[in-house]
Amino acid sequence: MERIPILKMGDALLITIQVDMHDRLAMALEDDLTQKIVQSSAKGVLIDISSLEIVDSFIGRMLDNIAAVSRILDAQTVVVGMRPAVAITLVELGLALTGVKTALNVEKGMALIGKQVASARGTSGRNAG
Amino acid sequence: MVETPAETLPISSGEDVVRVRQAVRLRCVEAGFSLVDQTKMVTAASELARNTLDHGGGGSVLVETIHLGNRRGVRLTFQDSGPGIPDIARALQDGFTTGSGLGLGLGGAKRLTNDFSIESTPGQGTRIMIARWKLT
Repeated sequence: MERIPILKMGDALLITIQVDMHDRLAMALEDDLTQKIVQSSAKGVLIDISSLEIVDSFIGRMLDNIAAVSRILDAQTVVVGMRPAVAITLVELGLALTGVKTALNVEKGMALIGKQVASARGTSGRNAG
Repeated sequence: MVETPAETLPISSGEDVVRVRQAVRLRCVEAGFSLVDQTKMVTAASELARNTLDHGGGGSVLVETIHLGNRRGVRLTFQDSGPGIPDIARALQDGFTTGSGLGLGLGGAKRLTNDFSIESTPGQGTRIMIARWKLT
């Protein structure tokens, strides 16, 4: 079965969704990513959806689930590159993706993850001291 | 102007749902829809195709270009022979779901389109029609 590749970049995992996903592929990504967060001790997950022409309730729920599971596993998820037409449609559909952090592009998303990782380290450092 | 004739597509797997999205996208482009309107119609199609597969046990969709005076639109009619929907009003409410979804499918598809109708007979199946018109 085809799979969406997950790349490691420093403390973060990078996923670029480039195909029109059927539901099983989306579920496989959720599973693979969860495993990979634990294996790699990643602190951030960046999901680039700039190639996605639509986000329906199923993909929306997948993004929400990934963000929630990552949070429990001590990693922050940032979704980047959502097309304007997709954002308009998502809101009208009734999905506000309230649990998901977003950024306009990969660069801004990586910066956001970097900042959060740094501030988390700062906090834990103070606690330890 | 060249116009793709009406076509009926099967919905019996996740890959079929992807094919329905692609066919609806092409049809909306051909009808001259804006990018936002295309996106809304394809998203509505995706929700209903998934419902047909997951709740209706599979079925089909009729994809058509429609005309009213000089307006053009795209109409989709989803049909399944599944268990039917006993309480349509409730099924249309956001957050109501019998499956594992978010319960946004039916209500969401209705909001994303201009015309919406649903007929369902428990034990016999469900037929849902949606249409969206090109803004003139």
